[in-house]
Amino acid sequence: MLNDMNPSDVLGSYTEHQLQYADGTSRKVLVVDEEVPYPEGCLIVSRTDIGGIITHFNASFIEMSGYAAEELLGAPHHILRHPFMPSAAFKGLWDTVNAGQKWQGYVKNLRKDGRYYWVYATVVPNVRDGQIVGYTSVRRKPSRTRIEECLQLYPTLS
Amino acid sequence: MSYNFTVSPDFMPSYISGWYIFNTWIQRQLNEKIHLELYDSFEAQREAIESGKVDLIYANPFDAAMLIRDKGFQVVACPNATSDEAVIAVSAESSILSIEDLKHGTRIASTDAPDVHMMGMIMIEPADLDRDNTTRHICSSYVLVAKDLITDKADIGFFLKDAFEHFSETTRKNLRVLVSSHIHIIHHQLMIGPRLAHLREPLLNHLLEAKDAQAEEVLVSLGFKTWAKVDHEEAEFMIDLMDTLVK
Repeated sequence: MLNDMNPSDVLGSYTEHQLQYADGTSRKVLVVDEEVPYPEGCLIVSRTDIGGIITHFNASFIEMSGYAAEELLGAPHHILRHPFMPSAAFKGLWDTVNAGQKWQGYVKNLRKDGRYYWVYATVVPNVRDGQIVGYTSVRRKPSRTRIEECLQLYPTLS
Repeated sequence: MSYNFTVSPDFMPSYISGWYIFNTWIQRQLNEKIHLELYDSFEAQREAIESGKVDLIYANPFDAAMLIRDKGFQVVACPNATSDEAVIAVSAESSILSIEDLKHGTRIASTDAPDVHMMGMIMIEPADLDRDNTTRHICSSYVLVAKDLITDKADIGFFLKDAFEHFSETTRKNLRVLVSSHIHIIHHQLMIGPRLAHLREPLLNHLLEAKDAQAEEVLVSLGFKTWAKVDHEEAEFMIDLMDTLVK
């Protein structure tokens, strides 16, 4: 279970939100209205186990999340969930990957410092001997046009 | 019995002799007859793989899934501390200053190296570009990609970073880097096929223990420092990773 976000970690003025996660836990998050640009040429890579617990990640994942590696390893992947994101988007993600398919979509992620970054994410199930044993997620720099579309669309989703 | 070894056709031309030296070294270590066949295109190499003419391959990561899942290859090793990275460049005179300046109809010059082209296409996605709203000219070498840019036959060119950095100063002065990838986790791998599978462990041991002067000379001739073991799960992860990147 994740602790509430700490005001001392947050940069600038923020708003508070209580997030409810699919595993039944909840967390208070602190949101700053400031975007962090996606780094040019980078891919953000992470893997989780079947329960969504982070098991592997690369340096770009650490850098963009704002967390230390030891805070990320073993944490639920929803540590990056931004309150702007509709639950429906993540339901679609899980339904797709649990059916053994690839999911792609635009996601607004929350950093430890309360700021956010947009990604174009692809998630695939890791299938070994016919069984899903985890998930690999790779994020790349998104198109501004698509982000603008999401800014219109996501508030209309539950 | 004779076996066949091949190398991903995107190898640097300056390393051709290195691959022949490496092949000779492998034959001595394994005491097996192995023939090195170099193909000048990915298409020709894939036909050879399909016909069962390849037993050992220094493979492009793009082909990993096909080799492992369809052809029964196993990964042996990869060069330590190296990765495949791509560069998108324009002519030094180009008015294009950033990826976001690119418009529909952008003319791309690239080689048939699938991983570099894929990385290049990913890096132009932020400009809403894809294969449907761009044109591609496939060149037979990175020198010809550079020539396309310099002669205004293409707006942007995709290069393997190593190849770009090996250009002469004159060529590089005529080009400007728009963006470089920093992916770090995509790399070529040495893979062994079913007919040679019984020699995977001995080959791996020879590669990892290659520390005498002769072995070092072989590595230098390939531009590597050392080999690193790649286990089955790491190979599977590479396949998952490539799956996320391929449309």
